[in-house]
Amino acid sequence: MSEAVELQAPVQNGRRWGVLRDVVISVGVIGLIWLGLRVLRDPEAFSEWGDLTGKLAQAMLALVLGIAGIWALFIVVNSLVEHLPARAAELVRPWIFVLPALAVVAVYLVYPAIRTIIQSFTEVPEGGGIFSNYIEAFTDPAVQIAIRNNVIWLLLAPAAAVVIGLAFAALADRVKHESLAKTFVFVPLAISMVGASVIWGYMYAWRVPGTDQVGFINGVIQFFGGEPIPFLFEIPINTYAMIVIMIWLQVGFAMVILSAAIKGVPVELTEAARIDGASELQNFFKVLVPSIRGSIITVFTTIAIVVLKVFDIVYTLTGGNLETEVVALRMYDAMFRFRNFGQATAMAVILFLAVVPIMIVNVRNLRKQGIEA
Amino acid sequence: MTARTLRRTGMPNRGGWPVKLSVFLIVVLWTIPSLGLLVSSFRPASEATATGWWTALFSPLATDWTFANYANVLGKGGMFDAFVNSLIVTIPATVIPITLAAFAAYAFAWVKFRGRAFLFAVVVGLLVVPLQMSLVPLLRIYQATGLTGSFLGIWLAHTGFGLPLAIYLLYNYISQLPKDIFESAYIDGATPFTAFTRLVLPLSYPALAAFAIFQFLWVWNDLLVALVFLGTTSDVSVLTIQLATLAGTRGESIHLLSAAAFVSMVLPVVVFLALQRFFVRGLLAGSVKG
Repeated sequence: MSEAVELQAPVQNGRRWGVLRDVVISVGVIGLIWLGLRVLRDPEAFSEWGDLTGKLAQAMLALVLGIAGIWALFIVVNSLVEHLPARAAELVRPWIFVLPALAVVAVYLVYPAIRTIIQSFTEVPEGGGIFSNYIEAFTDPAVQIAIRNNVIWLLLAPAAAVVIGLAFAALADRVKHESLAKTFVFVPLAISMVGASVIWGYMYAWRVPGTDQVGFINGVIQFFGGEPIPFLFEIPINTYAMIVIMIWLQVGFAMVILSAAIKGVPVELTEAARIDGASELQNFFKVLVPSIRGSIITVFTTIAIVVLKVFDIVYTLTGGNLETEVVALRMYDAMFRFRNFGQATAMAVILFLAVVPIMIVNVRNLRKQGIEA
Repeated sequence: MTARTLRRTGMPNRGGWPVKLSVFLIVVLWTIPSLGLLVSSFRPASEATATGWWTALFSPLATDWTFANYANVLGKGGMFDAFVNSLIVTIPATVIPITLAAFAAYAFAWVKFRGRAFLFAVVVGLLVVPLQMSLVPLLRIYQATGLTGSFLGIWLAHTGFGLPLAIYLLYNYISQLPKDIFESAYIDGATPFTAFTRLVLPLSYPALAAFAIFQFLWVWNDLLVALVFLGTTSDVSVLTIQLATLAGTRGESIHLLSAAAFVSMVLPVVVFLALQRFFVRGLLAGSVKG
């Protein structure tokens, strides 16, 4: 790409044809993508293909559009830039690389977040002051229950997941089939919260006492002569029953990260403590736990953020009825059930304010540890 | 995690039977819920709704094992269409953000331009914004532009929500690549674009794979974004929505519900078990998703 070449006339000529060709290709590519998206939107487009082939044809088109489309766009735009004078190309090129990402982030995160904050003050009921969405949020008994429940979730789920995960990581570290054992605890991480809710909805199933129980837990309770408990219908057990699901899902995450941390503790450290006469338990609490403190904070804060935004489990199992409401579900209901968008934005801001401090602790802690990709 | 490296562990000595027993107990406790569902999905309706799944395990020969539940949910239950829809949503919603993020991360790391540090700080700062902050204004834009219920709409939504993390992860990796390889590539006449496709992409595959698995599972298992932007109409409904709807309407038909749940879980669990190695890396670094 030396400058000398550019000055030669024949090459210049060839370049002009190259420009024309690349412009035509670019327009063609963009036109094809646009056309493809139109076809994808059209519910009738594949109807004559029959149910199965129609669906699969639609899938193929969607995949080609989504995957090849994004690459084709980058390639054609880049080919156009290569035709600019070297100086201009240099200036434009970085923006081709970052602008698509920045544009998406601006449209999907920056603008909406600012808009949400503004709307939470301006989109108020007739005659209300600028804080009326927030006043309503904190005085509406249903929202109060949601906030109270979020606090209960936050107090129980992250701590329980960390304790069980840490205990299991430390115990599994000392058995023969460690990685096999860990896989069993780890797998729930791949399961959706909806799936987990279905799994546990069945664990909690309740039948009239004395009849055959189909839910495992009530089966056990009845086997030992106890009275079956309607876990998902009895207040306040229902909230705790759903917190258990979250713990079941998150222990695997805690275990993996803490297990990696435990294996990073130098053996000399625990050996030295042992020689000094420390018992296994003392060794665990006084040597091991303090040296993996950073990882514990990471796990705790990460699960705390997931828990604050809990939605799927409650949506699937109780729909927020029977005093199980949580903030994220309340927000969804404000949007789609009550059509109260001002209220919804206020709930989003409350959630945001709750997440920010935890996130800051998390990111700081990650930085300190130098844990990176 | 699975690597059999030199054992330099904090607790090097093997545990006795109490340790083994507790590990075994936790494994059993963690497996029973899924096992119960798996067993039920192969039991006929008459048995599954009458007795506990464990009775089938105690008398496997008396049980009328069947695939009928799967046939039922895949056909009438709409789980096959939902499975295809989930694929249509998930694959581009994984590839698009990775592509955008890899380009951006590369430029942030290796190409000089004005405002680079500031813009990168903004992108990373967006990690703290929960996606709930975007829902209301975005829904309004989508309703105005007709993007609700379209695959393009949900691809872009997942792309937007996934990008800050993707850029952050990939930047951390790409910025650590040795400087010399770029210099020699430029001397050999590479443009930044070819340097990116021929050098950066192949060299950063562990980071790309880690994020890919993370995003794949996130999108596949997502309920909220799909509910808000895609909706519950059957021609676009994804697995999580279909399953949640079944759970609401057919809560008592456990044989169908369990089969449907397994249809929705099989792909992520397989992907996850096959690529655990990368996933753990993604988890370690991806724990900051907003």
